[in-house]
Amino acid sequence: MTAVAARPVPPRRFAAGRDALSIAGRNLIALRRVPRLLVFSTVQPLVFVLLFRYVFAGVGQMALPAGQHYVDYLMPGVFVQVAVFGAMNTAVGLATDCQTGLLERFRSLPMARSAVLAGRTLADLARNVFVVALMAGIGFLVGFRTHLGAVAFLAGMGLVLLFGFAMSWIFAAVALAVGDPETAQAASFPVMAPLVFASSAFIPVGTMPGWLQGFARHQPVSVTASAVRALILGGPTATYVWQALAWFAVIVAVFAPLGAWRYRHLQGP
Amino acid sequence: MRDAAIEVDGLTKRFGALLAVDRVSFEVAPGTVFGLLGPNGAGKTTCIRILTTILRPDGGTARILGLDVVGDARAVRHHIGLAGQYAAVDPNLTGRENLELMGRLAQLRPRDYRPRAEELLAGFELTGAAGRPVRQYSGGMRRRLDVAAALVARPPVLFLDEPTTGLDPRSRNELWALIRRLVAEGTTVLLTTQYLEEADRLTDRIAVIDHGRVIVDDTAAALKARLGTTVIELTVDEAEAQRCEAVLAATVGPCVEREGATLRLRSGDGPQLLIAALHALDGAGVAVSGLAVREPSLDDVFLHLTGGAPAVMAGAAG
Repeated sequence: MTAVAARPVPPRRFAAGRDALSIAGRNLIALRRVPRLLVFSTVQPLVFVLLFRYVFAGVGQMALPAGQHYVDYLMPGVFVQVAVFGAMNTAVGLATDCQTGLLERFRSLPMARSAVLAGRTLADLARNVFVVALMAGIGFLVGFRTHLGAVAFLAGMGLVLLFGFAMSWIFAAVALAVGDPETAQAASFPVMAPLVFASSAFIPVGTMPGWLQGFARHQPVSVTASAVRALILGGPTATYVWQALAWFAVIVAVFAPLGAWRYRHLQGP
Repeated sequence: MRDAAIEVDGLTKRFGALLAVDRVSFEVAPGTVFGLLGPNGAGKTTCIRILTTILRPDGGTARILGLDVVGDARAVRHHIGLAGQYAAVDPNLTGRENLELMGRLAQLRPRDYRPRAEELLAGFELTGAAGRPVRQYSGGMRRRLDVAAALVARPPVLFLDEPTTGLDPRSRNELWALIRRLVAEGTTVLLTTQYLEEADRLTDRIAVIDHGRVIVDDTAAALKARLGTTVIELTVDEAEAQRCEAVLAATVGPCVEREGATLRLRSGDGPQLLIAALHALDGAGVAVSGLAVREPSLDDVFLHLTGGAPAVMAGAAG
């Protein structure tokens, strides 16, 4: 009888980080190979910019204090909305991998357990850099102006990207809970819609009915939009920024372990 | 030193009310091919998913090269390769990128996985398509890449879940040759199949599995000896079938089964039996309206071993 023995398994340093980057790279290649994934995720916010800038601007302007331009109010909201919609891609992409059986293979490999989720959210972060930059360019074309200079503006964009990253973890957990892309998309909408629309992203909260204002004022989209507005347009900054960062921390602290737990206990494709 | 490359003892897995794997036990000697043979939904894939650390069992133990699939899952993953119906390749990556990704995730170094990827692409006749995204591949090419992906890290134990399902005969023969080559080099292979022919051609030992249970575990040769190598089916007039069965039982022996107007005979010596049977029926004045001579199929295995059709054909969930 042949002698069989398990080979010693050499420990490798930074394996978790390396595996996450391998997966992130693989996800970004998909964006390059299937450009329509990126095109459609930029068309949709573009339509929003044009709609709100030109169709609803008159109404929006009425809700604002004199001297403030609606387009300046609108664009930070659009950036935040783009980040939330972008996170839905996390759900669809991850659920697709789940359905095709790619996750099965990954789970049989000696790779870090965290890598599939971390790689997916990192890739979507990179993708959001592109989409948010594009939206900023379009914003400048339709009349949006920053008031506090480039550094504050970039800090605001950084906040938007961090928010998108946090949201990715919510949608990653949703995707692993449902397991197929169609359901993941359908399940994401009811999470996403109240966050984006019952918020200060497009319209000041003061215009909403009283019972909604409490939620609308303190939920993460509004807090982030307010923080970004404060960084770009001026106003009390520190409170909003800290609140936003606290939201991100809470979201990741809850949904990253939840997603990781779902990943470890997936029952099948 | 250990005796078995794969040791499975009392393995059990439930999905809600369904007992998918029911106290399954078997051993696979190193450097051999073990076949799990059964219909859809028999529990073959669930066994493989437990052995490849994807699923946790609810009971029993399984060891790969002495490593426990639950307790030593991480170490197990360094020693196994998985290909088959539920393991997939990334459609957006090229063939080469897929293999290199597998190498990276198997913790190999670029200087190891790059030449290995090229070697496998050449070996599976995919070099020409290596730079094309997999979504443009044909089903056969995709399946070959899938098997290649399982081999990047040169795993000593290989799991193939219905590896030839959907392959054309030429690709299937090539895959069989490849599996034999790997085994000759010392790899231990566990494969699942729905085809008795495949299990017979490739495996040293076969476990027939049905409703999550192993109903027989034997060498391919012994199983074949039980079943005979040839199945002869004779179709006669419905009204005469019973009389024919008696005639055949009296002349060629007890190896006769009747199903409606069809009489089924099995034997290790087909030609001889066929002559004897036709002779006997002709002598009894029976007109034979249909004749088929074939190798035993999975259905025959089940008819013989359980006296019933496989679960899926009896209408159970697949």
